[in-house]
Amino acid sequence: MIDLKGYGPQLAEGAVVTIELALLSLLLALFLGLTGAAAKLSASRVARGVATTYTTIVRGVPDLVMMLLFYYGGQVLVNGISDLLYEHYEIDWFFQFDPFISGVLTIGLIFGAYMAETFRGAFLAVEAGQIEAARAYGFTRWHTFRRIMVPQMLRHALPGIGNNWQVLLKTTALVSIIGLTDMVRVAEEAAKAERSPFLFFIPVAAVYLALTAVTELFIKWLNRRANVGVVQGEG
Amino acid sequence: MPDFITVWLDQNDVFTTMTMLEYWNGLVQTVQLVFLSLVIGLLVAVPLAILRTNRRWWVSGPVWVYTYLFRGTPLLIQLYIIYYGLAQIPGIQETFWWSIFREPFYPALLAFTLNTAAYTTEIFRGAIAATPQGEIEAAKAYGMSWFLRLRRIVLPSTARRAVQAYSNEVIFMLHASAIASVVTIVDLTGAARNIYSRFYAPFEAFIGVALIYMALTFLLVFAFRKLENHLLRHQRPAGG
Repeated sequence: MIDLKGYGPQLAEGAVVTIELALLSLLLALFLGLTGAAAKLSASRVARGVATTYTTIVRGVPDLVMMLLFYYGGQVLVNGISDLLYEHYEIDWFFQFDPFISGVLTIGLIFGAYMAETFRGAFLAVEAGQIEAARAYGFTRWHTFRRIMVPQMLRHALPGIGNNWQVLLKTTALVSIIGLTDMVRVAEEAAKAERSPFLFFIPVAAVYLALTAVTELFIKWLNRRANVGVVQGEG
Repeated sequence: MPDFITVWLDQNDVFTTMTMLEYWNGLVQTVQLVFLSLVIGLLVAVPLAILRTNRRWWVSGPVWVYTYLFRGTPLLIQLYIIYYGLAQIPGIQETFWWSIFREPFYPALLAFTLNTAAYTTEIFRGAIAATPQGEIEAAKAYGMSWFLRLRRIVLPSTARRAVQAYSNEVIFMLHASAIASVVTIVDLTGAARNIYSRFYAPFEAFIGVALIYMALTFLLVFAFRKLENHLLRHQRPAGG
């Protein structure tokens, strides 16, 4: 085995932080993505406008800039609210905006926009006849959504979700820049202290590769399940 | 700069003439870094994509390993490995390469180029593989050599199929270049971080730079739409 000069346990803890960060961000992104897709497909012009603005801004701004804005700006905002509450209502409330929360919020928000596009396309791929049939059977709107649209949409959305997840996972590395002790941060500090960058960064890179490979298998399995009963045309 | 702009700027707390100049210098750094890495990346990617579609595994295999490694790991780690790693190569500090790689710009350029070349190779591989077999057969029937076939038949239609995915890669690269600021390069994001720490004004500093990035992004989107229209002009409906 490679000798990590005593940094092994810290790197392992960092890897756990990376995975937690990625999973929580994914959850937020999926939620925002579904909401965004619903807004984009809704009849309300306001909802469509808000969703379009959201996805346009996210696609125009680098993830790191947004993360810095959330991290530094978020704390200033919280401090302002905290002062206001104390002065006017004597409420002693404070909240430390830490890198982890900023990371989850930023990554969730960014990939929420990409997921919204994925889900939008997937919802549009559900045959209109299916929805009409559901309505004819007297399904409510919610029932149609839950029982007819979501199960059929998922099949079209899964490949897109998989791609987004792979990119999301790599984006989590950026949170080390605002000071989260994920595995990238641990590796950077160790590399500087020990003057051996290859020793620490290459294992971390390998963990990222392993995580992508494992989740790829998982997504393939999900894909097979979602496509049960679908007869694929042969070209 | 005209006087009235200077006067107007000096009335601002954060966006003074000095800050504006800092953003401008950052913009120059970002554009240089992104433009150079994209151009070199593209030049490397086209031959690699051709090798990658080769049927012999020992030709396509190494290219696959390269693209797999660079697409599967975060760019930040690649940047760290190159930035910190180059200094560790035994003896490099005595050669003339050291005078180049001591500047953070060149390790960053190398990392960005290798990264974008990997993504671009895969984009072009897909587009080359999608060339209709009939076109290649027809070219062979005309007696075209491998090179002529590539130049006249495969690559032009590959460019048409790849342009959309490639435009996404260009925008991705522009946004990814923000991490150059972590290796002490004062690019746009680096300028924003300096301005933030000088005035403790996160909203002005980062929203300001976000608007610049957005303007650059939309400029690129617009340029690529023009290019796409140009490349796909034969597909426009007649009489339009």
